Amino acid sequence: MTIRVQTQDFDVSAEIAALRSGNANVGAIATFVGTVRDLNEGSGVATMTLEHYPGMTERALEKIVAAAKERFDIFGVTVIHRVGELKPQDQIVLVVVTSAHRGESFKACEFVMDYLKTEAPFWKKEATPQGERWVESRASDDLAAARWKS
Amino acid sequence: MKVTVLYFASLREALGTAREELELPDDIATLVALRAHLHARGGAFASALAPNRAVRAAVNQDMVRGDCAIKVGDEIAFFPPVTGG
Repeated sequence: MTIRVQTQDFDVSAEIAALRSGNANVGAIATFVGTVRDLNEGSGVATMTLEHYPGMTERALEKIVAAAKERFDIFGVTVIHRVGELKPQDQIVLVVVTSAHRGESFKACEFVMDYLKTEAPFWKKEATPQGERWVESRASDDLAAARWKS
Repeated sequence: MKVTVLYFASLREALGTAREELELPDDIATLVALRAHLHARGGAFASALAPNRAVRAAVNQDMVRGDCAIKVGDEIAFFPPVTGG
């Protein structure tokens, strides 16, 4: 597994190539990329700043990926999450999962994102024309993660 | 008992501090007791850690739901619900 928390951007193609490299058993690669929108809760967003808890964040992501590997029949997982100041259209997060067949990759990719949203310590602050504001957590994210518990 | 307490995001801003080393009285031995102890400082701590505020916590970098015991040297963090991804 590869887990990185970084300020710099990532190259999706390069990360996919690195994860599947040398494994001819890979028949499916699921990728999720989260990006910054220029509108949230009705206000324009000029920049978004992401804060994290160094140490705990990486640890939380490792636990989520370990749980995904336990639960799904997958080969490899890459998670990259950016921190610091981002602009609309910037890439925020990347999850890549490889498996033999598509079903396991799709499910594992969604599982990792659902838990990342509720368990990994990241916080977003938006700069809008009305000033700065911390993004509120969404009940729908808790429900999405809870689905996997049943 | 000496512990390290960290605050993140909106909580860090509201409290004006990111980290403090605390010497706790003997009767503060759980996470819930620590939150109440900090809340009792009044001012920004009283509002940011009010019982009706959604505050998450981690002990030694593991998220804790509910309560747990805390011990000497623990790193305890308080923060708002997470919003990554």
